[in-house]
Amino acid sequence: MLEIRNMDVFYGDVQVIWDVSFQVKPREVTALIGTNGAGKSTTLKTIAGLLRPSNGGIFFNAEDLSTVPAFQRIDRGMVLCPEARRLFIEMTVEENLDMGSLRGRAKQQRRQTKDMVYELFPRLKERRRQIAGTLSGGEQQMAAIGRGLMSLPQLMMFDEPSLGLAPILVREIFEVIRKIQADGTTVLIVEQNVKQTLAIADRAYVLEHGRLVMQGRGQDLLNDPHVKSAYLGM
Amino acid sequence: MIKLEIFLQTLIQGLLLGGLYSLIGVGMTIIMGVMKIINLAHGELMMVAMYIAYVLFTAFQIDPYFSILIAAPVLFFLGIALQKYLINPVLRVEAIIPENQVILTVGIGMVLANLATIIFQSDYRQTPLSYASKTWYLQDYWKSSPVDLSITAPWLVTFLVAVLITLGLWFFLARTDMGKSIRATAQDSEAAMIMGVNVDRMRVITFGLGSALVGAAGCLFIPIYYIYPDIGGQFTLISFVITILGGLGSTVGAILGGLVLGLFESLTATYVGMGWAPVGRFAIFVAALVFLPGGMASLLKSKRMK
Repeated sequence: MLEIRNMDVFYGDVQVIWDVSFQVKPREVTALIGTNGAGKSTTLKTIAGLLRPSNGGIFFNAEDLSTVPAFQRIDRGMVLCPEARRLFIEMTVEENLDMGSLRGRAKQQRRQTKDMVYELFPRLKERRRQIAGTLSGGEQQMAAIGRGLMSLPQLMMFDEPSLGLAPILVREIFEVIRKIQADGTTVLIVEQNVKQTLAIADRAYVLEHGRLVMQGRGQDLLNDPHVKSAYLGM
Repeated sequence: MIKLEIFLQTLIQGLLLGGLYSLIGVGMTIIMGVMKIINLAHGELMMVAMYIAYVLFTAFQIDPYFSILIAAPVLFFLGIALQKYLINPVLRVEAIIPENQVILTVGIGMVLANLATIIFQSDYRQTPLSYASKTWYLQDYWKSSPVDLSITAPWLVTFLVAVLITLGLWFFLARTDMGKSIRATAQDSEAAMIMGVNVDRMRVITFGLGSALVGAAGCLFIPIYYIYPDIGGQFTLISFVITILGGLGSTVGAILGGLVLGLFESLTATYVGMGWAPVGRFAIFVAALVFLPGGMASLLKSKRMK
């Protein structure tokens, strides 16, 4: 579904991603793990079109995305739930959801999709007229996921969805992600919360200093000695 | 009784002026919100619209209120052209002075003002309208009213049209997808891009929209004011004060800021002296910067949080 081929990314003169290649298979949960500054968020931002790779290509459903501007990528069926949620904090919850369905089919089905999102997150329905900036962290994450779902994505990318949340909420968010995948959406997730991420990942890649150093099935990596010592503190 | 009458009359006049100020300020504030720059050619764009209305009146006897329908679209496209071909190229350049787009807008303003001087000379001009001095008195309608208040026709119509346009803008920003996209771009342009908003296009449209709004305000000013090529500068300052007073980029704040400024100027003019109105304007500007740096918008927000 998504294929990254030999991708290099620079911030100005500094190279942060070195020759990264990986694949996301349909209906799977794929995870990118690594420490702070390993290049995980940069990879997602590049796929979303906010950064341009200087080398290599990004292919989505076999289409080369190099000439597709960021704002059109949502039409292709991919959406990013960005790091730190990035809600439109002065808009209401409902307006934020509307912002996820601005174009094409998603716009026509806005009503139905919104009902579905409210069913998934009843809390959002209660607070639909509330200004997004006044929501709690967990509710904001739900709104951000809801906004992404409003675009009826084939591929949903999550950048640190558990960031800053209490453990009980983290579990809830991971359950939601699992549910989204079970409903047929492909998931690409970036996390520092390695243990829980690997537990739900069908396939995982380990990034270190902007390079891919390891890959495998989620369960296998959970038992891998390097991953254990470097990321799980065992 | 006379004192009360003067006071109420001052309030009415301030409110009428404030409604128009709101419309002028809102145009600058939405550009500020989306582009993160202050457009210091704002008043000069208004001047252009005023001359358009003036020419339409003298050459074709088109009423200034109707010339909004021509001047606002013209200003919309003028704004788009300025943004696309002058401001955007400068935004892309990495320069030593980070705010050089703002300096560019000062330059645009100067060019417009001087072009107007070349074409129209620096004479003061007025459009003689048949209804310019038509006035309604309260006691004509309510015989036993304890105070007599008056309102002149052009002031009232100007106010009502300004309110109507402002309401229209509010509806556009609050209820339509494009309006929401503009607000989203102002709040977080990167997130807006991810959600499928063509951010570059929104910036261009917003600049056009802000110009069209101040263009409409220019036409509304014609029946109650006179024009000369340098008139823009003072309105750039007024809209700047309103934008600061309202809170940078806040539409509701700008509307309130415009009303407050109108009332304040009117009160200064009555109780301190006509010539002191600009002093009042800058006193409130400095007071806002010192005591309320977030503007009216920050007051609204703190209320909402409670």
